[in-house]
Order: sequence, then structure tokens, then C-alpha cells
Amino acid sequence: MKPSPFTYHAPTTTAELTELLGTLDDVRIIAGGQSLMPMMNFRFVQPGHLIDLNTVGGLAYVDVQRDFIEIGASTRQRFLQRSQDIAKHMPIVGEALSHVGHRQTRARGTIGGSLCHFDPSAELVNMAALHDAVLTLTSVDGDRSISFGEFGLGFLTTSVQPNEFLRSVRLARWPEGHGYGFEEFAMRHGDFAICAVSCLMTLDDRGAIDRLAVAVSGVSETPVRLTEMEGRLRGTMPDAGTATDLAAAAGDIEAMSDAYITSDYRSHLARVITRRAFTKATERADQRVRA
Amino acid sequence: MKDLRTISVTVNGTPYSREVETRRTLADFLRLDLKLTGTHLGCEHGACGACTVRVEGEAVRSCLMLAVQTNGKSVATVEGLAKDGKLTPMQNQFWEKHGLQCGFCTPGILMTMTEFLEENPDPTESEVRDALSGNICRCTGYQAIVDAVLATAAQARGEQ
Repeated sequence: MKPSPFTYHAPTTTAELTELLGTLDDVRIIAGGQSLMPMMNFRFVQPGHLIDLNTVGGLAYVDVQRDFIEIGASTRQRFLQRSQDIAKHMPIVGEALSHVGHRQTRARGTIGGSLCHFDPSAELVNMAALHDAVLTLTSVDGDRSISFGEFGLGFLTTSVQPNEFLRSVRLARWPEGHGYGFEEFAMRHGDFAICAVSCLMTLDDRGAIDRLAVAVSGVSETPVRLTEMEGRLRGTMPDAGTATDLAAAAGDIEAMSDAYITSDYRSHLARVITRRAFTKATERADQRVRA
Repeated sequence: MKDLRTISVTVNGTPYSREVETRRTLADFLRLDLKLTGTHLGCEHGACGACTVRVEGEAVRSCLMLAVQTNGKSVATVEGLAKDGKLTPMQNQFWEKHGLQCGFCTPGILMTMTEFLEENPDPTESEVRDALSGNICRCTGYQAIVDAVLATAAQARGEQ
């Protein structure tokens, strides 16, 4: 229940950080430590070198641009929860964050740490999938930007190379007045979700779906976007029939099974939660259209 | 082959300088090196909340931070709440409302809820329960804890 010995490094600049990453082997980067520290305490992870991201300046920020919001990797979950910019332009992120752990873990936990840990049921991983995230990875060779699909490979696995760190993530903005809904089911509030579904929607002036995005988490090893259905439902009215079609698509995702939760139950939850998230997004989009 | 660092930390207003092994958690640093055993360790993986302390004013899990990460920072623990033997209003309300039975979870709950009331001086019961969700009490005393926190808030607002 105590971490095994490691050599600790506290770089203060990204140049120092990439230099360390380029020269050391057997490295783990610690950000908020809310996933890595438990794994080290249990000795599931026993790194030879631990590099602290907390001492590196300039990695915690929220920068609102016309088409996206860029968030620095070290930005704390609690900071995002309190950010007026996030509340105004990307309110679903605040809703998702209320399900992430507890206030004490959100005070330390970072968006970059959540993404790099890549738990398939993590709410911020879901947000990255939903918002077509573009992630910037940095090494001594410079920056490279990759899509969320290229970033997340599977359970606790990303394509970040040993000499790279995640510097920032860009989440695509949706127009003012879009509808949004985030719903999840967990055994207790703050636990890892068994299933979480997020939905963004814009309506045209007839009240029909103009644009739709749905991300389903906890069912597979990465969040799944219902891409085909998002396209097919364009132009249809967001009614009970549409919700049923969407829920059916979520239920068709091949679901994982473990000692506690069967795949059938996960699929059932995916259908139920998808319907709820879609309905909530519809209600919110609707109100704005009529207003 | 121990990886050692000398750190300077202010705990409950008192500055300390100590050489620590870098793998030392903040919780163990407080308990074993500074002998401040009021901070309790339940699960050591961030689930129970018993070890909650405040670092730079924010309530955090001290089992999920390394002591070396608090270098140059200020830490507040349960020992710093009462001054000259005088309990804080929240501690008094825990006494009055029977907000503790065995007391193991109490230090973490006091540190969490003290921070919470500074942020939200007029909470609803539901908000108190949400803020309390990261602290486990196995005596099942939540109702009395919620009562104590709500009474503390009401008292601070001059309603009691």
C-alpha cells in the first residue's frame, strides 16, 4: 500500500520535460495523481522514474477560440467545473464533471491525466469523443496533433509514445443554443460509470435535427460514437421514434462483460441511458428554439 | 539507493523542513515524520476520504499526494482546527448532533466540510450530501453528520 521506490523529477519547463522523456527509460508522468497514485500504492505500477507535471508551468488554461476550446493538459477538473467559459460555451462538460469522483479528487485530477489514463468509462474521455477532440503531443522533436480516434487505442491504452507528453486538447465548439444531455449509471454517485451517454444536438428552424453527436461510454474499450445514426437522423424530428432508433443503435454496440456486469445488462443500460440523454438534449434544444 | 529530497512545508502555520524519501505520501509524512496522527489512513487508494487534508486551502486526499509535491506549500490538518483547546463551530456541532461514533472518518470529514462551507455558506441538504460523497463513514452516521454541517452553516448565518 506504499509506492515502490522511484527517482523523482520535477521539471519546470516543457523543454526540461521533453529532455527527460527523451533520455530516461521506465518513466511515468504524474499529473493529478488520482489514478496513478492508487495504482502505485497497490504496486500495479512501479515506475523507475516519476516525472511530475505539476511543476511545469503554462499547462493549465482554458482558451476559447471561434471553433474550439483549447484546454491545457494540467487543467484541474475543479477548475473546469468552475470555469465561466466552459459553463457558457460547453455546458455539458460541467455536467459530466459532476460525475467525476468527488470534490477532493477533482481538486487534484486533471483533464490530461484522465485522457492519458484512458479508462473506457471515464467522463472526460467521453467528452473528448463527443467533441471530436484533437490532442497535441509534444516531444523533443516538436508537436504533433492527432484525432481522438488515433489517440485512444483500448482499455487504459493510448498512442502517446514514451518520449511524448500530452500538452493540450482541443474540443470542438457547438453553436450557442445547442441542446445537450449527459446521463450515466453507476453503482454509487462518483463511482466509475457502468454506462454513460452524452448527446449534443442542434435543430433547424422547423425543429428537425440539424446536427447530432452521441457518445456511449462504458460499453466497449473506448467510447463509441453512433456516427451512422448521427448522419441518418439528420432532418428528422426528434420524437419518441427517433429516440427509439438511437437507443437501438446504442444497444447494438458489442458490449463488454465482467464479473459484476453482464454484456446483456450493459446493452440494456446503453439503450435506456441513450434515450435519456437524447431526450434531455432535445428538451434543451427545443426551449432555445422556441425562446 | 533511496531517492531523498529536502522539503519545506508549512503545516497548520508551523514551518517544517525535513528530508523525505520521494515515494513518501503526504499522509505518511504527516503521521510518521511530523507525528501529526490526527490525519487517518483508511484505504490508501483515494476511496475512503479519511486522510483528507487541505493543501493551499483545497481539500485533497493526502494518500494520493507525495510529500515532495507539497514543497513550498501550506497544509492544514485536523490538528489545526481547534485553537487553544477551543473547538471550531463545526466541531462543536459534530459533538452536539452526534456527528461521529468511532471517529475514524471524522478528521477527513471535518477538513472536507470546512472547505465546503467556505465555498457554499448556505447549502441545501442535497448539496451537503453531494459534498460528503467522497468520505465514507462505516458507523453509518451520515444523517447526524449532515445535521451537524447544516447546523454549522445556519449558526454562521446567525439563524441559530
